Amino acid sequence: MITMKINGVEVKAEEGWTILETAKFYGLEIPTLCHHEGLTPYGGCRLCLVEIGEGPRAKLVSSCTYPAEEGLVVHTDTKRVVQARRMMIELMLSVAPYSKVIQDLASKFGVTRMRFKIRNEECILCGLCVRMCEEQMDGKAIGFQNRGFQRKISTPFDLRSEECRLCGGCIYICPACQLRCQGPQAETAICNACLTMEPTCLDFYDELQCWMYDAGRCGTCVREKKS
Amino acid sequence: MKRIKKFKNVEELKKAIEQQEAGRQQEKKKRVIVVSSGTCGQARGSLKVIETLKKALREEGLKDQVTIRITGCHGFCEAEPNLIIYPDRIFYQKLTPPDVRTIVKETLVEGRVVEKFLHRDPLTKERAWYENEIPFYQKQKRIVLGDNVFVDPTSLLEYLAIGGFRPFIKALTRMKPEEIIQTVKQSGLRGRGGAGFPTGLKWEATRRAPGDIKYIICNGDEGDPGAYMDRSVLEGNPYRVLEGMMIGALAIGAREGYLYVRDEYPLAVRHVTLALEQLYRAGLLGEKILGTDFSLDLHLAKGAGAFVCGEETALIASIEGRVGEPRQRPPFPAQKGLWRKPTCINNVETWANIPLIILNGADWFSSIGTSGSKGTKIFSLVGKINNTGLVEVPMGITLREIIYDIGGGIPEGKAFKAVQTGGPSGGCLPASMLDQIIDYESLTAAGSIMGSGGMIVMDEKTCMVDVAKYFLNFLRDESCGKCISCREGTQRMWEIVRDITEGLGRPEDLELLEELALATKEASMCGLGQTAANPVLSTLRYFRDEYEAHIYEKRCPAGVCKSLIRYAVIPEKCTGCEACKRACPTGAIQGTRKDTHLILYDKCIKCGACLEACRFEAIEAQREEAITIVREVKP
Repeated sequence: MITMKINGVEVKAEEGWTILETAKFYGLEIPTLCHHEGLTPYGGCRLCLVEIGEGPRAKLVSSCTYPAEEGLVVHTDTKRVVQARRMMIELMLSVAPYSKVIQDLASKFGVTRMRFKIRNEECILCGLCVRMCEEQMDGKAIGFQNRGFQRKISTPFDLRSEECRLCGGCIYICPACQLRCQGPQAETAICNACLTMEPTCLDFYDELQCWMYDAGRCGTCVREKKS
Repeated sequence: MKRIKKFKNVEELKKAIEQQEAGRQQEKKKRVIVVSSGTCGQARGSLKVIETLKKALREEGLKDQVTIRITGCHGFCEAEPNLIIYPDRIFYQKLTPPDVRTIVKETLVEGRVVEKFLHRDPLTKERAWYENEIPFYQKQKRIVLGDNVFVDPTSLLEYLAIGGFRPFIKALTRMKPEEIIQTVKQSGLRGRGGAGFPTGLKWEATRRAPGDIKYIICNGDEGDPGAYMDRSVLEGNPYRVLEGMMIGALAIGAREGYLYVRDEYPLAVRHVTLALEQLYRAGLLGEKILGTDFSLDLHLAKGAGAFVCGEETALIASIEGRVGEPRQRPPFPAQKGLWRKPTCINNVETWANIPLIILNGADWFSSIGTSGSKGTKIFSLVGKINNTGLVEVPMGITLREIIYDIGGGIPEGKAFKAVQTGGPSGGCLPASMLDQIIDYESLTAAGSIMGSGGMIVMDEKTCMVDVAKYFLNFLRDESCGKCISCREGTQRMWEIVRDITEGLGRPEDLELLEELALATKEASMCGLGQTAANPVLSTLRYFRDEYEAHIYEKRCPAGVCKSLIRYAVIPEKCTGCEACKRACPTGAIQGTRKDTHLILYDKCIKCGACLEACRFEAIEAQREEAITIVREVKP
């Protein structure tokens, strides 16, 4: 057993667990997007960031890929984490503004601005479909092409793949194209229709105190969102 | 080339080294002409120079009295092609084939020095006769690069002649693996690839990792624009790198290793391939080396040109035949690396330092440098600098010494503006930081990084926003695209900076740029993303006024950003020489000879060719007055 600390609480993890798995086991929520229990961890969406270590050596890592280590000190919702996470959501919104999953995340984390030019690609390259095809459907029909800003997901040479059995696994798992949001407001590209409450604790503390993550449920520290 | 016999035991190798060294002593009585012919030399015509030299020597009947040694780059790339005549060490530079004939006649036959081919200091205008009088070399401490002058990189025997493989013999016969690691640890050598991790600790971790099969890797995937230290070491002295790897394998307990070299370095690939071939033939690689129990196989792996493959986990993925994408560490390669086995991966320059440390001892090495950073570092000094080339300096030297004493200052008497250290993901340091000493910690504190050692000097005619745009463009292309923070982060930063250079910047852009840069730095997985924001953050820190001039005044202070300037002729200075008119590709310049010229704005494409062509500084980049820039309406 590995002993480590998450948000000040001592927890025990099995050998081979990741930080995310440990946190989930203890009921601590860490938001994820490119993670799926049935697929290998990828670490591409950077939503599950947590802060590890203390003092000047503290750094952010993706909890879905970082293994649980003896004596590790983890904080799941420091100001640093929340700020980085919000920026990731903002970046995702700018490329896939019609995804309900991402719009919901924006609401949940109080992302009320989207300051980039919309480049609607309807894909955030989280790689879920690629892993689904390879690992669960044994298809390997799709994969990544190119790198950097030209990266995209497609079949080899963009031709109809003979490996593809049209099983639909990729569509089933896609967070960007499966559920549609009603649509962004023209001004901000953010729907925020689901957002009415926000936690106030971040104004006073360095960490989000609400482990339920459901702003409003505990009723102690939320306020009505201004406009 | 003499055929190499297999060395059956240590004694035979020792004998061969002694024989070669004695041969070198004999050679000292003769004249030796050293011609540098690395990639830089060949690009400037060194192959033709060598050909002419051979022909001229034959014609003068000096063929048997003079030995020619063709070596890799010595570092002074500005002076290529150059030759040094031993034993006097007369240094001739920037030669063409006809020059070589003159030199053979004058210096070799008549015994006179030809003054016009000697090096001339760009600041003092003084000629230096001998190699060791040249200011470029004087302040350097060339422990790694220095031997390039004495070695023909295609011949193992040449390497033996400078005492090569003595360190390996010492490590093999007189040192236990633990002792080797202890020596490396004590020396304070830190990884030369950029991050500066203590090499000894890495070796120890790999040695202690459980498992019988271990690997060593030499990281020669040097992809930074304007940096070529590793290439020159591999081209000029491949045996030293290989010897370092052999000692490393001995210490770590590895039996197999890889050299990962980019395929864009054909000469380095060729020299390493030759070196490996000769080492196998000499029995220094393969099974039961020199009759001992130590066996080692080294392979060459060629990289296909991805900057991100310089990151160790991506490099390992690339050798394994997968897409070159980094993965989360831990597990570190020292625990689970190549094919999930413990792997020690070091930079070319790190490996090249190992034989020297073993031979001269840890104390010798740690006597060079500062308290936290030991030894020397090779920088590739490029950009707006007089003496372009590779400089090897002790840690703790100041930027000023490198740029002015070794580099010879900025060409055309222009003012220094900034120096970019550490490659595309490094930072730009302004003139106020010139007295900054160079070691790992102080560069990081200043907002830059040591990186692999690129050093790009910029003068007053460089726009720092444009520089940030250039590096971001490189990074958005070279990011592997796995993490959204790096892929979208670099892309969006590039878009914002591009808009600023085109006069479309908004005041709130600076805040957004800073926020995004910090998020990219914090949230990315590998070193590429974590440092990708450095060009933006450092230029914002030191040159914020330039960003503000672009945004608020729609003005580019350096006159570089095309959308914000127009070229105009200053009538008082124009002599009507028509030089600009001939240079203009679109025929936008009007005016007859001896008459003031005029630029037609509707034809001008702002290429800047006229500015380059004018010798009277009669063309200047003015602020585009008629600029009416309306930011496109955002959805």
